Formats: sequence, C-alpha cells, structure tokens
Amino acid sequence: MSDIAIRVENLGKSYQINHQQGRSKYRTLQEEIVGLVSNPFRKTEGSRETVWALKDISFELKAGEALGIIGRNGAGKSTLLKILSRITRPTTGHADIYGRIGSLLEVGTGFHPELTGRENIFLNGAVLGMTRRDIQRRFDEIVAFAEIEKFLDTPVKRFSSGMYMRLAFSVAAHLEPEILVVDEVLAVGDAEFQKKCLGKMSDVSHEGRTVLFVSHNMAAIKHLCKRIIWLKQGAIAADGFSEPVISQYMMESAVYTRQRLWPTGIASPGVDEFKLYSIRMLNQHGEMSTSHEIEHGFSIEMEYEIFKRLPYCRIGWQINTATGIIVMEAYDSDSVFYSGIREPGRFLSRCDIPGHLLNTGNYLIDINAGIPNLKNLVNLENVLAFNIVDTSATGANSSVERGGIIRADLIWSQEKHNNVPKGSFVRT
Amino acid sequence: MANTEVKHISQPTHGDDRQTLKHIRIQPATTWFPIDFGEIWAFRDLFAILAMRDIKLRYKQTMLGIIWVILQPLVASLIFAVIFGRIAALPSDGKPYLLFIYAGMLPWNLFAGCLQRAGNSLISDAKLITKVYFPRLIIPIASSAAVLLDFAVAFVVMIVLLFVYHDQVSVTWNILALPLLLLVVLLISIGVSLFLSALNVYYRDFMYALPFVIQVWMYASPLVYSASMIPDRWRVIYALNPMAGVIDGFRWALLGTGEFPLLTMSIAVVMGCLFFIVGAYIFQRVESSFADVV
Repeated sequence: MSDIAIRVENLGKSYQINHQQGRSKYRTLQEEIVGLVSNPFRKTEGSRETVWALKDISFELKAGEALGIIGRNGAGKSTLLKILSRITRPTTGHADIYGRIGSLLEVGTGFHPELTGRENIFLNGAVLGMTRRDIQRRFDEIVAFAEIEKFLDTPVKRFSSGMYMRLAFSVAAHLEPEILVVDEVLAVGDAEFQKKCLGKMSDVSHEGRTVLFVSHNMAAIKHLCKRIIWLKQGAIAADGFSEPVISQYMMESAVYTRQRLWPTGIASPGVDEFKLYSIRMLNQHGEMSTSHEIEHGFSIEMEYEIFKRLPYCRIGWQINTATGIIVMEAYDSDSVFYSGIREPGRFLSRCDIPGHLLNTGNYLIDINAGIPNLKNLVNLENVLAFNIVDTSATGANSSVERGGIIRADLIWSQEKHNNVPKGSFVRT
Repeated sequence: MANTEVKHISQPTHGDDRQTLKHIRIQPATTWFPIDFGEIWAFRDLFAILAMRDIKLRYKQTMLGIIWVILQPLVASLIFAVIFGRIAALPSDGKPYLLFIYAGMLPWNLFAGCLQRAGNSLISDAKLITKVYFPRLIIPIASSAAVLLDFAVAFVVMIVLLFVYHDQVSVTWNILALPLLLLVVLLISIGVSLFLSALNVYYRDFMYALPFVIQVWMYASPLVYSASMIPDRWRVIYALNPMAGVIDGFRWALLGTGEFPLLTMSIAVVMGCLFFIVGAYIFQRVESSFADVV
C-alpha cells in the first residue's frame, strides 16, 4: 500500500584514509608486507583515519516526487547517489527502494570510442539497465533525439564532442525507470544542449516519475524540484521547499563580510592587465556595512588597477536574490563620463544605489570586469552578501512581509467623492 | 547479486492496473551472501553485449583479424614441436608431436586466455564500475566469453589437423566427451579468473605476476611433455593441478591416447569445483567495495 519510492534511514558511509601511504587508493603487496614488518601494530596506531562522507542521513521520497540535492563539492551528494544506485555500499543504516531505479551519474558511461554509434547505443543502453528489446523498440527515437542519423555506423571517436554528448544523453533520456537518479549531467555541453536536456528532464518529472537530481545549477534544480535537501559535510543541513532551502544555502555560501580584500590582486589570476584589490559595501553614512535599511541608499565600491590601455573595458556588478534571480546589473560604462577607453592607473569605482528600491531580504553580489564580447578580466560570483531590512516600523503595514523583489516608495492618494449619481464611476 | 533482499510487493494503482514494484534493500556489506543468479539472468543482455564488445574490439584495426586466432596456437605448437619433439625428443604417446601439442594447447590457451583477459577486466572497466550498478560478476565472465570464441576457431583448426594426419591418427567415439571436458576447463578458468580479477583491484601486483604464473603453471602441466613421464608415486600430487587432468583428457578425447585418465580427471573435476567456489566466494567478499577502490 505504500506510495513511498525511497526510504533512507540513518545512512552513513565512511572511508579509511591512510595517512602513511599517501595518495594511492590501492596498495602493492610490497607496501603491505613492508608495512607489516616495519609496523606490525599499524591498525592500532591510528595511522588510518576514518572520514565520514555521509552520516545519519534519513529521508523519505514519495513516488512521483522530484527531489533536488544541493551542497558544496565534497558534501556527500555523489556518495549518496552512488549508494542509492547500488554502486557502493553504505557503512551504516539502510535504504529501501521501491521500483526500478535508473541512475545517470555520467553521460556516456560505457561508451567505447572504437565502436560505432549504433553499437554504442546498445552497449550504453544495456549498461544503464535496458534490455535489448527496450533498446530496439526505442532505437529510432534515440537516434532522432540525438540527431545523428547519418553517423550511425561511424565510430564515435570520429564524432564531434557535441554529437557525442547528444547521443549519450539521448540514450539515457530514453530510459524508463520508475525512479531516475541524475547527477550533474547538465553541467556539460553547450547552452542549447543543456536546454534540451533540461526540457527532457522536466518532461520526465512531469510524467509522474520519481526523480532525484543533483546539480549546482540552482535555476535548473528549482525548475525541476519542489523539494530540496541541502547536504553539508555529509549531513542534512536543510530539507524542505526549494525556495527557502536554496536561499539558505546561497546565503551561507556567500561571505558576510563588509569588504573583501585582495592586497596582491589574486582575485584575477592569469590576467596581467587588470587586478582587483577590493570590494566593499557602504551605508548612507559611508560606513562599511552588510545590512541596509530599506529607505536609505547604499554604495558598492571597487578598487582595481589597470596596467595597460584597455579600450572598451568596463567594470560592474550584478545583484541577485538568494534564490538566484538576477535583480539588476550595472557597469561603469553606463556613466555619462565613460569615454570608452580606460587608461592605466589605480582606480576606485563607486556606484550609489538609491533607497526604496529593493525589498527586504537577502541579496548576493557578483563582480565582473571585461571587454564586452572580447575578454573576461575578472568574474567573481557571490563575492559579497547583504540584506535589506525594514526598521522604520511606521504605518500599519510595516511589519508585514511583502512579496516581490522591488519595493518602491510609491505615492498613494484618494479623493472622496460625494453625491455621485449611481452607475457613473467612470471618469470623464 | 549483492547483499540486497529483493522481494516483490504488490502496489495497487489505478483501477485494474495492478503493478508489482521491485523492492530493494540497500545495507552494509555482510561477509557471506549467496550469488543472486536471478539478477545475473536479468542482466543477460548486458553480458552478451559486453562479450560482443570484447570480440569486436580485439581485432579492430588489425590487418589479419581472425587469422591471428589461428596463427597464435598453431605457431606456438610448431615451435614446441620442433624444440621438444625433434630436438629434445620427448615421447608423445606415439602420436605426431604437433597434434599432441596442439590438442593440449586447446584447453591450455582457453585457460591462459581467460586468466589474462579476466584478470584485468575489472580495472579496464573501472569507469563502468564507478558509475553504474550491475552484477560485477558479469565483467570477468563476459571477458572469458570472448576467449571461448578463440577456442572455437582453434578447434576448427584441430579438425583440419586431424584430417591432415588421418593416416596416423583416427578419431574415436572418445570425442563425445569433449563438451564435458570443456565444461571442466571453464569451471577452472572462471574460478581462477574471478580470484585474480578481484584481487587485482586491490593489489596491482597480480597484473605483473600473471605472465610468470601462467608460464610456471604451463610447465607444471603436461603441455609440452606427456603426463606418462611423471612417476606413479607423484601422480596424485601432480593431478592437484586440475589442468593436468584436463589436458590429458583432451588428448584422450581427440587423439585416443591410451586409457581415460580417470584418476587425474576426477581430481580435476573436484579441484575445478573448488577453484570455482573459492574464486566466486572471494569475488563476492570484495565486490561491494570495488567502486571505492578501483
């Protein structure tokens, strides 16, 4: 009677990290023997350390639900997917899975460069758990989706990387498991391909199949999943509706400092002609702050040095909401004083943002400097975080949270109309 | 396979469309669990496709292709025939030395080929192991299947040789025992292969030691000499090498040499089963952590 697709209870996974024997995961007999002779009590001496990649994970996923998993690299996302796909075993706890599970942890698993497109479709399909009959039945669809009809009998080593990716995703997209587990496959390929993949993924989740989706692409994950689990250092940091969990995650990953300094210009590795030294936020009094009152303006200041005459170089920022929506972007080239050519020298650029513009909430700043359509000089995401607060506490509505991103100071007026004849509210 | 309980629970869905959902429990590895043959069967298509892949890839971009399969055992047999038959003049149970060697070479090459190919199979398919689930047992066994094709080709050559030498050797009904003998070779080969492939994941030494092991094992088997040269009192110990009994058995079946080697073959069957069980057991023990190590 259960409509549970996945039930995970106290799942944990630990790895032994061997400090003495360095990086290689596998050993040679010689090392083992030498180790045993020189240090027979090795195991009790604690030269091995147990690292928990996952600890005490519990959650339930209903059939038909789409769950997103977010977290930094190394937070345990991939380990969790590997356990649920039965690639590796947990150390503690257990998971129950109801239904056929298909996992897509990589695009093109099992593809062999020497084999033809046709042969690889069968190989890859079988690897992903399809039977030969399933593949034959969907063969034409797979080929059509991948748009490689002409190259079916060409070894895939002669494919362009785009064709390769399309074919690989196409096979995977035609899997029909009850539960689909997908890890970051959208991170590859060009924009058009990503869009196609995302569309297919969205079809799958709307067909009522259970989906488990790991991604760093917050917009994609929010689009696909109503519910999100945030993993942090192997444990569940938050589990709930997408929006609040994503914004919690984004705010934590941004740095809540009033300014960021790169005294040596390390923020722009590899770029010799431009170095960013600092970025800070100032309140209306010119003091550094990360919290701004709704009715007052604030400023963003950037210090940088240009080492070479740079035509059309511009520097600017972008403000995003904590859930990844772009609020606005602005560049110094917007200014009427911008001449189009930046001469060498050390500069301080400052932009004043007026009050009564952003709604209360948390925001993130990205920094970008570059020559449009030519060269990226500096590109930093989530470099600063700030919030807008409403402390005015006047008026009947001031304590109530408002929806939306902007909250302008608007003018309201009303006139009292007496003795108006019935049915004549129309202004003439 | 693996340490998962698979049971079917029925889940009522809309109307009459009753559907059974597979239930899988994922839990920490335990020491012993039986091989889930049902699951291996469910992945039979993957098995076939992997075996086909190995066969197709082997001779891609070679000029002679399948001729290599014929040339390898034939040339090796010729060399042995010259060195051991002509120069050292070892006895060959009264049969032409080339045939004598080649008949033994059939099971031996099958065995050595399985070891070589299966030994490395898990490492060369590491990408599969770390990205998808399927019964791991499929990989080394599928790579042995490709060797079986070589055997079939080499066997055709054997028949040709029997025709060529028809005035010296006559085919007997003994040949009907071949499928059974083949089964014993496969049992031994797969058992040792499983053992090797699993441990190779943990200790790459096995990869380097393998050529020596195969060579020593070859000289410990009656491939280039006749088992009749072994003194009677050593017979039982000698037969603990199951390949000894099998090679004798092949010669008896194909060339009609003497009596059926009952003692050595019985020991070979027992040892073959033992090898298979031990190999499969060790494979099972370590397979759950392949993905973490490979």
